[in-house]
Amino acid sequence: MKKTIHFTLNGQKRSIDVAPTEILLEMLRERLGVKSPKCGCDRGDCGTCSVLVNGRTLRSCLMLAVEIDGAAVTTIEGLGKDGEMSPLQKTFHERNAFQCGFCAPGMILSATELLARNPEPTRDEVKEGLAGNLCRCTGYTPIIDAVLEVSRKSGEGK
Amino acid sequence: MADHKYIGKSAVRVDGKVKITGAAQYVDDLEFGPGLLYAAIVESPHAYARIKKIDPSAALKLEGVVKVVTGKEFPYRFGLYMHDRYVFAQDHARFVGEQVAAVIARTPELAKKAAKLVKVDYEVLKPVLDVETALRDGAPLIHPELGKYQHVPWFFPEKDTNIAHFRKVRKGEPLKGFEDADEVFEDTYTVPRYAHCSIETHGAVGLFDHSRRLTVWAASQSPHTQRHLFAEALAPLGITHNDVRVIAPFVGGGFGGKAGVSMEILAASLATTVQGSPVKVLWSRAQEFYNTYQRQGVVAKMRLGVKKDGTITALEQKLYWDAGAYVEYGANVVNAAGLSATGPYNIPNVHIDSVCVYTNLPPGGPYRGFGYSEFLFGLESLFNEVAKKLGLDPVEFRRKNAIREGDILNYGGKMNPSGLHECIEKVAREIDWGKKRVSSDPKKAIGKGFSLFWKAPAMPPNAASTAFLKFNEDASINILVSAMEIGQGFLTVMAQIAAEVLGVPPTKIRVETPDTDRNPYEWQTVASHITWSTGNAVKNAALDAREQILKTVSRALDRKVESLYVEDEKVKSREDAAFALPLRDFVINGIMMKDGTFRGGPVVGRGMFMPEFASALSDPKTSQGGKPNVHYTVGASAIEIEVDRETGKIRIPKVVLGVDCGKVLNPELLKGQVTGGMLQGLATVLYEEMRFDDKGRLLNANFTDYKIPTAMDVPDEIVPIFVEHEQPDGPFGARGVGEHTMIPAAPIIANAIEDALGVRIKSMPITAEKIALALKEAAALRKEEK
Repeated sequence: MKKTIHFTLNGQKRSIDVAPTEILLEMLRERLGVKSPKCGCDRGDCGTCSVLVNGRTLRSCLMLAVEIDGAAVTTIEGLGKDGEMSPLQKTFHERNAFQCGFCAPGMILSATELLARNPEPTRDEVKEGLAGNLCRCTGYTPIIDAVLEVSRKSGEGK
Repeated sequence: MADHKYIGKSAVRVDGKVKITGAAQYVDDLEFGPGLLYAAIVESPHAYARIKKIDPSAALKLEGVVKVVTGKEFPYRFGLYMHDRYVFAQDHARFVGEQVAAVIARTPELAKKAAKLVKVDYEVLKPVLDVETALRDGAPLIHPELGKYQHVPWFFPEKDTNIAHFRKVRKGEPLKGFEDADEVFEDTYTVPRYAHCSIETHGAVGLFDHSRRLTVWAASQSPHTQRHLFAEALAPLGITHNDVRVIAPFVGGGFGGKAGVSMEILAASLATTVQGSPVKVLWSRAQEFYNTYQRQGVVAKMRLGVKKDGTITALEQKLYWDAGAYVEYGANVVNAAGLSATGPYNIPNVHIDSVCVYTNLPPGGPYRGFGYSEFLFGLESLFNEVAKKLGLDPVEFRRKNAIREGDILNYGGKMNPSGLHECIEKVAREIDWGKKRVSSDPKKAIGKGFSLFWKAPAMPPNAASTAFLKFNEDASINILVSAMEIGQGFLTVMAQIAAEVLGVPPTKIRVETPDTDRNPYEWQTVASHITWSTGNAVKNAALDAREQILKTVSRALDRKVESLYVEDEKVKSREDAAFALPLRDFVINGIMMKDGTFRGGPVVGRGMFMPEFASALSDPKTSQGGKPNVHYTVGASAIEIEVDRETGKIRIPKVVLGVDCGKVLNPELLKGQVTGGMLQGLATVLYEEMRFDDKGRLLNANFTDYKIPTAMDVPDEIVPIFVEHEQPDGPFGARGVGEHTMIPAAPIIANAIEDALGVRIKSMPITAEKIALALKEAAALRKEEK
């Protein structure tokens, strides 16, 4: 039995009929064509399927689509404003904080959540905040540095 | 050193925006429309078994199941360096997880459900799960037909055994070398298997259309090699190279795992059974662990002869590689490691046996480091033990024996330009070698470890790279190459090389991932040889384009070609400072003459590079005579660790890696290789390990049980040091570096643990548990002695 759910996806109102067993990641990728959340392990270990649901990063491979009824969902496609990348995206780009790019969308979403909750994290807090997102290429150091740089810059702007 | 505008600068990645905005497409992101079919694999539950009968009838009854395909449809042997594997198991399954059949269905769920209904009758055989058993007299033969297999001329299989390849290296007089030694030390070190753990699993989609065109989209490090192997394997169906097209979108990590052909053959083959419909084969994380190439395990038995002053007189290395069920790629790891198993040392007398052994475990294959990490763990651990017993400083011992430019290599050639000794000095200084730090916490011990490393590309002597370069109206450029961007920053460096030659900024140069129909030939993106090899091809293409540009201007405007040069997107003249003709004015349209005719036209450059000096032919008994390696990249590395005396848990305050990869083309990208490679290497020594049970089943085929590092596991400080002794035949003096950054990780840790605690651990990984147990044992031993 399908259920119609209503939610916002990257700022746009959407509604779609979903089966009760339908996984959020599959719905986003296969039915709505939003491909930035990736499937890396299908069991919540790697974090590459992360999406923001009401500002919190969640593993879309472990969520049912029906659970986002009424929620606001953001993927990396929705982070930029007016064609401009977000400060985190820009800094990841400038600081070489990615290599193959596969984990980058999930990683940047986790960093976005981290800085929203804790605008001036310590290095250890950044490490902890990103520990749920696996990256096999970078060794994380450039990622941690990029997040701290964005935090520092936004602090200076105040 | 020449002054460069773009080379040696940290140009921002040309593939940055596409990746950081989520726009980058990986193979599973491509759309194939409503006709797309999905395959699920029927896998052998046994490590070794005879397949008696396959009954697909129950699966075929499910509505939506299109086809069940078994080995019967593809009775062809194929492989990269040795033809020893099949599309599907034939009469025997040789490892747990091996593909026995496939179900093609209209949805992935249906395919999976139906795969469970395919009934396979097996006669279970006793598996061979380690090299010792495999080498025993009377051991079951895993490949009874080995003697008939086709292979490259530099492999030496021994028929009617489980030895798929035996690389012998003999240099000088090993016997005499040991006689001349004041002391001889020997030991055995073991290294288990490892998984690449790219975050993107393998995936491939095949389409055999109604015109008999076979297109495969794959997460690939090797589009052209895949085209070649697909054409070879499927030749009996009348498929030729001209029929096959491989399209490679972005790749979510490679590390060697996506080189050659592994599961991609399934997409190619299955597509031919459902003409007109695309078929997707996507590996789950578990399949990624047990049915792609794995890093091979090794048992290394070594003997070292030394003089009292620390001069090495002879080395014997016997490396027994657990190469798994099929070795068509892995045997070349064994080969490469065998040729270089002295490490970067000038050892006059050498005896190396590198033995590729079939077992009933998943196929071994290429993994970042290609055998060098594996032998270096034991070798550099032993060196420390020897130095200690001789009463010498471990760095001094290494300095004394480290190789220099012009020294004779194990196979007879001469060592290329090398800043190894400079690396040793700089790394030792950076880690404060010789100064012992003591922790304020009595529970913590601090230790330092040191190691040298080297690696050469392992490649066929005629591995070639090519490039096309074309200008657009605005003097922007497209470069067409077929090496892969697998995260290392390849596309960016190619743009920098062309930029330097043509005076066009990298931001105006587009380099993208390839399609074998459109892009020119490349062997594979492996062996840390792409910056060097494809870089040379791109440089040659850019030089070709520049020559056309300058000749056109010379011809049309009557200026001496020698006086012309390109700079800032313009052709300028050394004789006339006022002359500056923008490239955009003529690189497509040409230059108009007074009579309205045009000179020139669209500028298209071509470039090729093949190392014509390389040869894999040598004396099989000694390996003397050829030139199998194009160059070695060398370096030194050191670490400081803080280890808990009770739990064995390690913290890493600092790690240093000094490498001489010739001219550094992009320092920021190179730093990325150091931070990434080092952490990958540290994980192999600290906690990663593939564990199999006594039936050959992999016990930890997921990220919960096979832990890879998270952001919490990063060393406090990683210091990269670059020494630049230019490679004469490299683009702007560069040589390879991608793999090297993880190679010394295991020995620096092992040596630091010994330095801190006095215990020597001889098997990887060196987990906290192993350290704690070794400490306990050492304490018990001390008690007994009292």
